[in-house]
Amino acid sequence: MSNQTKYWTWHMAAGVVLLFLLGLHMLIMHMGGTVHLFAPHGTDAVSMANSQWRDSKIFFTITYVLLLGVGLYHGLYGLRTILFELTLKPALENAVTALLVILGLGLFGLGTWAAWAAHTIVLAGGRG
Amino acid sequence: MAESKTAKQIQFHVTRFNPETDAKPFIQTYAVPVLDGMTVLDGLHWIKENLDPTLVWRYSCRMGICGSCGMLINGSPTLACNTQILHLSGSAITVAPLPNFEIIRDLVPDLLSMFDKHASVQPHILRDAAELNDSKGEFYQSPEELEAYLQFTYCIKCGCCMAACPTLATDVRYLGPMPLTALERYNEDSRDEGFQVRKEIAAAHGGAFSCHYAGECSRVCPKGVDPGKAIQLLKRKLVLDYLHLASRAKTCKKLDGPGEGKLLPNMTFPARTIPG
Repeated sequence: MSNQTKYWTWHMAAGVVLLFLLGLHMLIMHMGGTVHLFAPHGTDAVSMANSQWRDSKIFFTITYVLLLGVGLYHGLYGLRTILFELTLKPALENAVTALLVILGLGLFGLGTWAAWAAHTIVLAGGRG
Repeated sequence: MAESKTAKQIQFHVTRFNPETDAKPFIQTYAVPVLDGMTVLDGLHWIKENLDPTLVWRYSCRMGICGSCGMLINGSPTLACNTQILHLSGSAITVAPLPNFEIIRDLVPDLLSMFDKHASVQPHILRDAAELNDSKGEFYQSPEELEAYLQFTYCIKCGCCMAACPTLATDVRYLGPMPLTALERYNEDSRDEGFQVRKEIAAAHGGAFSCHYAGECSRVCPKGVDPGKAIQLLKRKLVLDYLHLASRAKTCKKLDGPGEGKLLPNMTFPARTIPG
């Protein structure tokens, strides 16, 4: 099976998921005054109380990690595509791919750890 | 309105380049008397016959079917024989060789790279050799099955789509609209069984997924092939195949001897136009 088909298919799928998750992000974080979604402590979505409330819910931890994952994959694969159009030598292409994979996995790991840490900290003592 | 019989002087700004004598291409201007209906190809002939016999370009059929006279006219890749001068401008036009190709001389591009890419997609029916070589019988193909790929057969390999493609302008390894359209033409042909072979070519680096759907190839195609559509259909086919959602349409059968083809039900025939 050719890799390009696989990577491109996942790129498109990630884009579709991103549309949904970013839509949710927009509604919660930037339209709080109008929609007032998932913000039981006032209309300011980024207030400490509302943030901690969301951090305490496993649903939001999972959506944070999912948003991070699909965003990183979609963005970094797109970046790789653009860089490859510079007609790089094969060795450089492999190096770019490896670098982006390491960067992506690293940022995903960091972000997942941060999301999980926030979740557990709030549950331990910072209930919203 | 009667056609004008008075020739109009049109400036032809033509890109010239002789690799044996010139360091780089330059523009040479010719004043050409143009009558209604004259094509750019006619204008070039006039220049060669009356002003500059050294001007070089490719042409053959002069009727838009051979694809030889593809060139950049007023910034757009098109066929010189298909382009009327007075439809472009009343004063001046620019004529240059097709971009995205090396120039052999003047308006003659080196199309070998395009034909090599075309050959690499195996643009012929791939099927059991014994069946293909058996002279008895014929492959049955319905009008609907023909319709699925007919549009893509109109390609005359002129190279205009390749010249217009912005991806090809930056990435020479990209197969390009014409080879990918040829690939999809055979994928959609019900007589062909070569998808499993061609999908490796189509999905490799420089294949269909390097296309960003700029659409310039379809805009400039002089035959209405719509290579952009062909490439998107190809991407869809590849993705559905990867997800195991592709339809398992069987390739068409070979029918031996008369009488084995099915008649279309409820066939109607045109009314007779003469009595008797």
